Amino acid sequence: MKSIHKLRDGKFSVELYTYGSGEPLLYLHGAGGLLGMDPFLEELGKDFKVIAPHLPGYGESTGGEQIDDVVDAALFYHELMDELGIDSTNLVGHSMGGMLAAEVAALDVHRAKKLVLVGAAGFWLDENPIPDFFALDLKDLGSYLFHDPKSPFAQLFLAIPQDMNALADMYVERVKRLSTASKFLWPIPDRGLKKRAYRIAAPTLVLWGSSDRLIPPVYAAEFTRHIKHAQVQMIDAAGHMLPYEQPETFCKAVRSFLKG
Amino acid sequence: MKFTWFHLMPYRYLPEDFKDKYRSVWVDIPRDLYDPKIGHRLYNDYLDQLEFADQMGFDGLGVNEHHQNAYGLMPSPNLMGAALARRTRNANLVILGNSIALYNPPVRVAEEFAMLDVMSGGRLVAGFPVGTSMDTNFCYGEIPATLREKYHEAHDLIIKAWTEPDVFAFNGKYTKLRYVNLWPKPLQQPHPPIWIPGGGSVETWDFVADHDYQYSFLSYFGYIAGKKVADGYWNVMAKKGKELNPYSLGFAQGVAVANTDEEAERLYAPHMDYFYNRCLHVYNGFADAPGYRTVSTIRAGVLAQVGKEAALRREGLTWKDFVNEGYIIAGSPKTVRERLTHAMKSLNCGHAMILQQIGSMPPDLVRMNTELFAREVMPHMRGMWKGFEDKWSPKPMPEPERAMPAPLNFTRVETNGKTTNKAAAPSHESRSAK
Repeated sequence: MKSIHKLRDGKFSVELYTYGSGEPLLYLHGAGGLLGMDPFLEELGKDFKVIAPHLPGYGESTGGEQIDDVVDAALFYHELMDELGIDSTNLVGHSMGGMLAAEVAALDVHRAKKLVLVGAAGFWLDENPIPDFFALDLKDLGSYLFHDPKSPFAQLFLAIPQDMNALADMYVERVKRLSTASKFLWPIPDRGLKKRAYRIAAPTLVLWGSSDRLIPPVYAAEFTRHIKHAQVQMIDAAGHMLPYEQPETFCKAVRSFLKG
Repeated sequence: MKFTWFHLMPYRYLPEDFKDKYRSVWVDIPRDLYDPKIGHRLYNDYLDQLEFADQMGFDGLGVNEHHQNAYGLMPSPNLMGAALARRTRNANLVILGNSIALYNPPVRVAEEFAMLDVMSGGRLVAGFPVGTSMDTNFCYGEIPATLREKYHEAHDLIIKAWTEPDVFAFNGKYTKLRYVNLWPKPLQQPHPPIWIPGGGSVETWDFVADHDYQYSFLSYFGYIAGKKVADGYWNVMAKKGKELNPYSLGFAQGVAVANTDEEAERLYAPHMDYFYNRCLHVYNGFADAPGYRTVSTIRAGVLAQVGKEAALRREGLTWKDFVNEGYIIAGSPKTVRERLTHAMKSLNCGHAMILQQIGSMPPDLVRMNTELFAREVMPHMRGMWKGFEDKWSPKPMPEPERAMPAPLNFTRVETNGKTTNKAAAPSHESRSAK
């Protein structure tokens, strides 16, 4: 179910999707945003009340100019939780959303009940540099994001509209989204999480696609190194778009960790 | 009509298979393709060429800023400006310019431009480009989403630093300074003329119009493609009720003069090919970082100069295409006169930024091109735009009041079989400060 919420006296307008009922689960999307085809959210809605907002600057959410950095973004999520009457919640973040979920949990340790970080950004290793996502040629994107770029979902994701107006709209929306993401990721996706991650108190599951070529699996160990109660689970036949490529395995792992 | 002799300072020795072997001339071009000994030769040739243009009567000498780029070897055009300030007499130093969002703090630009203005006796044109996405986002790591906001803050700080009589504090979002106090201050008061080089962003037109600056469209695709941008600019000016003064527009145009049209093709065609097929070979992924162009500019559909669109515009082009499409205005003096006059009229442009060293052109050819242009073309176009006042050119000190560098005089001295240079005794009275 889609709803619109106003925050900070209308400075933010938030496009938010809710699935199911039960214990809340706040989902933080990656740099690409919600895709309008995110079946794993609906699946998780069978056990949780899944809350999936678009970060300001994405989709219909406005107020992106109020957010300059990860601290602003974390405060936005805190305020959204206040608005929804949620004191503490399960946080699931994918890619850039994992980086922001870790910040939400580090800046106010009481906000996170349990934390799931999926192919998360936030660290940088000189010996394992992350490819420059922003400069990737569209024809190479598939091989960086997917275990199998030929799979039906990958093909759908990578499809370019033939209609010129649809193409222009898609291009503008892509620019809006990645431009917002650049505030956290450009030119190197390290905004000091390594200084703050020690504060995270919530039990943490670090999920990674074993064929992730965008943020290589070696980064999973960085999260266990910095976060006290963290465990890693590698998922086969999945790349960076793990929740989309292996939705069943992904949901099972999330469910058993959050319910366990 | 005013003429600026503009230099990009390309590396002239990229390998023939450059386009096939490497993905980009810019940002991540392999460093082993640059030979500093050749670079030494090139910088000196290029400064010679700019100095020659001064002697030939050009109004301005143009240089610009690029980073990690084999067709633009000037990470700091101010260094070129400093060299030119000493070895030129009359021409303005048109520095187009410094990408002001890249300097921390931006008063560094205010200081260096003030130095150049004082050194040159008030001959500086101060250019403030946003800078290309390649330069600002990819090479200098600026976040695309905030680049323009940072640019505007830097602009406000620099103007205030030039004009505010007293020490002031500056509390910006990107720069915080307790004491801003410019020493030296610029010679031209309140400040040197400001030209804004642009690539067709719609916001830039508003910015230029609102501040009465000059807009310089630095295109590599000639006046026919450039007309769309010029028209966009003039529409904004008209809408804002501004005078449609041709001197408020500069336009970069490649020009190649020979004795006949046939000779022009024979002499210049290989160098055009070098420029378009090697120098402009930029990886598409670097052309336009997300957020570098605003949504309104994207919606306005103004074509980017580099990347995919640019590649389409030059794919498989021959000399005939370069000439017909107006990428270059080439031929006999008569042909160039007629076409350039037509081009500048169609753009309503009063400041022609003439590119006469293109791609791999060697020094003797550049000299011939420059000389033919200065003798056979320039004088015939001087009278264009009579009745318009050029409010955007520098106002230098009167020539007799300007300091002259002391002439150099070295004698060769041999000691123990080793030859060295030794300064000879001063033999003249230089025009120096009393």
